[in-house]
Amino acid sequence: MSKNSTSQSMTERPSSPFARGPGSLGMTLPAEKARDFTGSLRRLLRMLHPERLLIGLVMFLALASVFFSVLGPFLLGTATNVVFAGVVGQDLPEGTTQQQAVDELRAQGETTQADMLANMTVTDGVDFNALARITALVAVVYLISAVFSWGQNYIMAGVTQRTMHRLRERVDHKLGRLPLKYFDSKSRGDVLSRVTNDIDNISTTMQQALTQAITSLLTVFGVLLMMLWISPLLALISLLTVPLSFLTTVLIAKRSQGQFVGQWHWTGEVNGIVEEMYTGHELVKVYGHRQRAMADFDEANGKMYESSFRAQFISGIIQPAMMLISNLNYVAIAVVGGVRVATGAISLGEVQAFIQYSRQFTMPITQLASITNLLQSGVASAERVFELLDAAEEDPDPVRPLHIGRPTGDVELENVNFRYSPDVPLIEDLNLSVQPGETVAIVGPTGAGKTTVVNLLMRFYEIDSGRILIDGVDTHEMTRDDLRRCFGMVLQDTWLFKGTIEENIAYGAEDPTAAQVDEAAVAACADHFISTLPDGYDAVLDDDGANLSAGERQLITIARAFLSDPAILILDEATSSVDTRTEVLIQEGMARLRQGRTSFIIAHRLSTIRDADTIVVMDAGQIIEQGGHEELMAARGFYYDLYQSQFRSSYDQTADNSQAVDSSY
Amino acid sequence: MIQLIRDFLRPYRTSLVVIILLVTTQSLANLYLPFLNADIINDGVVTGDIGYIVEVGVLMLGISLALGVVAIIAVYFSARTAMGFGRDVRRSMFHAVESFSLQEVNKFGKPSLITRNTNDVQQVQMLVLVALTTLIAAPITAIGGVIMALRTNVQLSALLLFIVPIMAVVIGAIVSQAVPLFRSVQTKIDGINAVLRENLAGIRVIRAFVRTRSEEARFERANDELTDTSLRVARLFALMMPALMLIFNLSSVAVIWFGGHLVNSGDIQIGDLTAFLAYIMQILFSVMMAVMLMTMVPRAAASAERIQQVLQTSPGISDPADPKSLPPSGASIEVRNASFQYPGAQDPVLCDVSFEIRPGQFTAVVGGTGSGKTTLVNLITRLYDVSSGQIAIDGVDVRAVPQEKLWSRFGLVPQQAFLFRGSIASNVRFGAEDASNEEVWQALQIAQADSFVTQLADGLDSEIDQGGSNVSGGQRQRLAIARAVVRQAPIYIFDDSFSALDYTTDARLRAALRQHTRDSAVLVVAQRISTIRDADQIVVLDRGTVAGIGTHESLMADCETYREIVLSQLTETEAEA
Repeated sequence: MSKNSTSQSMTERPSSPFARGPGSLGMTLPAEKARDFTGSLRRLLRMLHPERLLIGLVMFLALASVFFSVLGPFLLGTATNVVFAGVVGQDLPEGTTQQQAVDELRAQGETTQADMLANMTVTDGVDFNALARITALVAVVYLISAVFSWGQNYIMAGVTQRTMHRLRERVDHKLGRLPLKYFDSKSRGDVLSRVTNDIDNISTTMQQALTQAITSLLTVFGVLLMMLWISPLLALISLLTVPLSFLTTVLIAKRSQGQFVGQWHWTGEVNGIVEEMYTGHELVKVYGHRQRAMADFDEANGKMYESSFRAQFISGIIQPAMMLISNLNYVAIAVVGGVRVATGAISLGEVQAFIQYSRQFTMPITQLASITNLLQSGVASAERVFELLDAAEEDPDPVRPLHIGRPTGDVELENVNFRYSPDVPLIEDLNLSVQPGETVAIVGPTGAGKTTVVNLLMRFYEIDSGRILIDGVDTHEMTRDDLRRCFGMVLQDTWLFKGTIEENIAYGAEDPTAAQVDEAAVAACADHFISTLPDGYDAVLDDDGANLSAGERQLITIARAFLSDPAILILDEATSSVDTRTEVLIQEGMARLRQGRTSFIIAHRLSTIRDADTIVVMDAGQIIEQGGHEELMAARGFYYDLYQSQFRSSYDQTADNSQAVDSSY
Repeated sequence: MIQLIRDFLRPYRTSLVVIILLVTTQSLANLYLPFLNADIINDGVVTGDIGYIVEVGVLMLGISLALGVVAIIAVYFSARTAMGFGRDVRRSMFHAVESFSLQEVNKFGKPSLITRNTNDVQQVQMLVLVALTTLIAAPITAIGGVIMALRTNVQLSALLLFIVPIMAVVIGAIVSQAVPLFRSVQTKIDGINAVLRENLAGIRVIRAFVRTRSEEARFERANDELTDTSLRVARLFALMMPALMLIFNLSSVAVIWFGGHLVNSGDIQIGDLTAFLAYIMQILFSVMMAVMLMTMVPRAAASAERIQQVLQTSPGISDPADPKSLPPSGASIEVRNASFQYPGAQDPVLCDVSFEIRPGQFTAVVGGTGSGKTTLVNLITRLYDVSSGQIAIDGVDVRAVPQEKLWSRFGLVPQQAFLFRGSIASNVRFGAEDASNEEVWQALQIAQADSFVTQLADGLDSEIDQGGSNVSGGQRQRLAIARAVVRQAPIYIFDDSFSALDYTTDARLRAALRQHTRDSAVLVVAQRISTIRDADQIVVLDRGTVAGIGTHESLMADCETYREIVLSQLTETEAEA
């Protein structure tokens, strides 16, 4: 009998500390429940379809590896038998044969020892030839098993990573086909987390759960067979521990589940307080809430301590409990096996092998339990990714699209109707005719829906009915790409990517020359500030261009629009946070950009508004007035009030304009 | 890291001693079981003494049970100690940060402080837990195992001299390659996140410029890189387990082979051979666990370092030893030659600024971005201290007054209109805890927030999410203003607080404020000229210095910077209207 109580058996796989499997360090998130576990799991497995040949190979390798590793203890047992036989043989008195010794023992009434002796082939001293043959064989068997197991893991790593690569790619392409509506209704963090965290989680699940599951299942079967073959009685004893360990795990896990929920609740609470109080640090201090903040924190922190202690303790019991069961099993086999060897029913080597098997038997079973947990969380992640993959896409472009050669910038909106949600009317029967080169100002209070018009023109959203025509062509008859090439956009929310300034401007066109980029920058009044930067056009912008001021970023986007040289412009004037000198440059840049182009401007500046050919006044998502400046002033409506309010000082603000709608929400 | 752990585990000394004792007992008992097993074989099986086998079996049973109990008690103390450690570190950090002035907070950055107080503590706490439950058992088991092995047979123990180094080299080689790879995987994940974040943020621009294809190519590159690196890690780890198992298994083969010779020559009994096998496995296993868990250490050490930085920072502003009190009415502010410069910075943010605000006066501060407007607000509220010069309230230097006393004078609306989790009422009452419902409504009315609050189903009790993310920017700003107004403070400071409001609301709000703040000093920082043109006094800041002080009319006449700002927003005629 070898092997003691805590040393792990020879083929089990202690989970690596890098594994993030449930309970590995006790701080994993509670397994999120999948809504349709089997359906989603099946779909997840279907993603492995392109790799089916390799997976077949993995299965084969796993089978081979388990076969050899299960063989090992048995062979090693025979090696022990050889040693034992030699020892017993040495102990026999000189000249007595084995038969004589057995008879002698029986005559002395030592029947048990006689039986044992009768059942073995004793040798005079250890038969080293036999021992050498067997140990060499075992070494080779273990080596083969290890090589197969390595091959299995190695191939599976490729299978998993390639599958994840494909999944990420599919998700990214899907993002390219989703309508803007999808992105506007989902938080950016949520989408981001589906593509990264969730896919990451799926990858961990696949890599660990699949390989482990295959090996564990095969090992359980192999070991069970060997145990039954060696001794059905001992096998029965070991089998008893299976329901026992299973029950213990389930009981403890059920209890700790609730504690983990508590732990995560309070962890969230504590993190929430920290986040809130740090973000509002000035407020907490100036409003004299420091003591209260600390008291709130201490309370939540205390609760977090209590609940996480309970969670860690209860889940921490699993291991000692399992160890206890396994030790009980060990003792039972040692005793019963010892008696059986002493009576010659089985050999010492067989008991030794058996103890190893019984260890290998319980381990994979506990492992299978933790794999189920891992699978739960992996499948829940997969579901979130599938949800994204299943989201409704944009309508496909027309099969035979119409092209506009060189657009002049004539824009026509005919009876356009649009609603973001079906029961809230938004744009009703909008008609607007814009001649090439004209300027349309869209004005209205914050949140009035000014960007809706932009969304519709660019076909970021589809109109419900009516038509939008560019140079007489219905935009639905064009591809989205062709339509968007007619437009240039300069938004207040400037978008720059990580790269040089040159690259960011060059984004406006396909492969422009350096001279074209320079030209665009000069036209946009951006040339001056760029040349004052240490690296000029080669200056690298960090993520989101945070190392430039808001105004400078906008100048770059104006240059970008210049480069794309569109027939129609959409401009969003800056409202705040731009220093005066840059502001002047931006205005000049925008004015130059507008020359000879049809422009839609989300306007904040009175000068822009007044000079517009058409002013579209929006409020609460609807277009309420439309016309020229003089015309609208004469009408003394909403526009009139809006315009006036920008001049009135607060001194003479009295009840008289309370009739103006408070429309900022 | 060691210092942090030592400092914060000090209160748990007794528990630590108990844990070490329990773990030692556990390890020794674990080693005693194979010893008894050897007895069964040597004196029971070989001699056929069934009574002895059962007798020793019962003893083993008892030890196993005791072992289970000891292990559970050890888990109890370990969990208690590790979680208590985490709680204490978190609390110390939170209390430390709460005493920081804005300067220390900004030195670290708010997001960084949040991560340090949450994730970093979690990291270190996890290491402590693992150390208590697993790591300290490893050397004890290993040493115990070696002693037992030596006692059994010195010659056979020599095997350890080969096996342990081989295992250490194998694990060390794999781990040392894996650690940089793990770091690299993280970078690649960040890379893919960055591309994706840019794509989501710029989705309108990308589609407008018809660049979806080229963005897909960028993503593809990031995806390839991530897959490449992840694959390298996964393949490296594919080797780990088979290699370790092979070492374990070959060791047992070696024990039987060499042991067989020793048994034959009578140097060792056959039962001891199996016990020896068990000792070797225990030793190897604890070495393996220790080495693998050690990989947690660098990450936790980095976290501990970040925690220590916070704990070792002392607040830059503290209460005076000999505090003075403010006069009861206190509503005038004098800024005298105030300058502010970040330590180590080349240029001052504010340089020699002087002006005065009297009770009932409306003072506006204008200037471009980076002109020092918000810094000025932070100096007046003493979230920063002046580098030179002085800020006084009713003639008393702000540095001479206890901070809480000083702050009770202010109604502050910071640039970021931040709301707290809770209800609308609780957010307004943040300004004055004992405000009646009537007072709350009045504040909402002045802030032009009453109309939208009434329209909400739950009115004052409507829920507000963290940061106020469930209300619009304009609503958030108005609630933040109501929070300040309800204080009935002698001094009001609005830092660019009207920017999300449309012109109409902005104008009405200012009119209502005028009424309410008749006796208070009001300081308004603004970008919009229409917001401030009727101020009693306008302070024009330009790159940290005062470019002019006066009324709209006088500044239009003699301050070039002011004229520039005005004319960027209004036409000549509008400016003079």
